[in-house]
Amino acid sequence: MVRLITHNLLACHAKGCTSNNFPLQLKDVQLEQREAEFNPDFLRRFMPKLDWGALVDTARQLGDDSLPLEQPEMFDDDFLRKLHHVLLEVSVEEGAMVCPNCSHIYPISNGIPNMLLAENEIG
Amino acid sequence: MSRPELVAPPEIYYGDTEASKYTQNTRIQQIQAEMTYRAMELLNIPEGETAFLLDIGCGSGLSGEILDEEGHIWAGVDVSPSMLEIALEREVEGDLFLQDIGQGFGFRPGSFDGAISISVLQWLLNAETSHPTSSPPHRLTRFFTTLHSALKNPSRAILQFYPTSDDQIQLITSIAQKAGFGGGIVVDYPNSKKARKVFLCLFVGGGGGQQVPQGLADEGGDERVQFERRRDRETKRKKSAKSKHTQDKDWVLKKKDLYRKRGKEGVPRDSKYTARTRKPVF
Ligand SMILES: C[S@@+](CC[C@H](N)C(=O)[O-])C[C@H]1O[C@@H](n2cnc3c(N)ncnc32)[C@H](O)[C@@H]1O
Ligand SMILES: [Zn+2]
Repeated sequence: MVRLITHNLLACHAKGCTSNNFPLQLKDVQLEQREAEFNPDFLRRFMPKLDWGALVDTARQLGDDSLPLEQPEMFDDDFLRKLHHVLLEVSVEEGAMVCPNCSHIYPISNGIPNMLLAENEIG
Repeated sequence: MSRPELVAPPEIYYGDTEASKYTQNTRIQQIQAEMTYRAMELLNIPEGETAFLLDIGCGSGLSGEILDEEGHIWAGVDVSPSMLEIALEREVEGDLFLQDIGQGFGFRPGSFDGAISISVLQWLLNAETSHPTSSPPHRLTRFFTTLHSALKNPSRAILQFYPTSDDQIQLITSIAQKAGFGGGIVVDYPNSKKARKVFLCLFVGGGGGQQVPQGLADEGGDERVQFERRRDRETKRKKSAKSKHTQDKDWVLKKKDLYRKRGKEGVPRDSKYTARTRKPVF
């Protein structure tokens, strides 16, 4: 499974691809939902690591528009539960991630993205 | 018997047959669990805190299962599709990636609160092709530089591995240092041929008073201390699990059920230590 929590941290690592290489664009995805334990402390601590714009965009592309465009200043319970769902309870099982810069395709099958590079793509 | 990393590349060596033999072997399960607990102790995540961790060379999830058990959220990378497939079957909770760590990571800076790697690093010491990007120093450099950037400041990475010589240790530590890491090597049970374990303990962010921990001594005394500490941790965890219980009762029940269905290996392991009769410390 690729949950949005990991997708939000993942940039392209192909040789020379160092700018505009995030977020990887999700294509032809099949999603799965599964419950996860709600942990507000973890989420609060995780907030600074997130690229908020990328998260909201990606979630919306996947049909979830529960998150506000602007990152709120106060993290109330209602907000944290929505964030929890988007980050940890939705996962991509099939499809691909495409680099917006070099167009490298990372296929996802059975929930596992193939991040292997060809020899000429290794940095 | 030849060491696995000298036999074939990892994704070939850990094919379907070896991957399932490896995962089902109760002796291996126990050793991997033991080393993962020790790595977690060295990782030093604050008591009771849920961390976001990276399991490097996660394989079939023997190490990752313990991260689940300890309540952490994690991602795992491995180059063997057969090992990852078994991890899926075992329903570990981490996000899995098919990735060659010698090619480096693409994780954004500061992504992880820590990283562990159990019995993997020795695989990076052997070149598989003659291409320049596949020389061990090149691969180790890619690995350590991109790992360093993927970790938050301050944090640690604990990598247990099987070096065959001091030169190998030297090569690995010097490349890790150049990549920006502090830290060093911890050797547990240095005088026991069987129990001896080497942990590379890497620190991101100097200054913060991070000191390389002590290795465990060969006498039973120190071993007991380790288990005491784990026992303390487990009691605390059980307590906090109880308070969660009232908040998210359904979730916990479901989880317990899932563990039961899986015939969780952690259960006998837990009881082995929790029920242990102990000699007095002094
Ligand atoms: C002994 S197993 C350990 C697996 C797991 N950490 C455990 O404790 O059971 C070693 C693992 O390292 C993986 N490995 C070896 N070289 C690798 C590489 N270059 N990139 C990613 N994984 C690698 C192998 O595929 C194998 O799953
Ligand atoms: Zn790219």
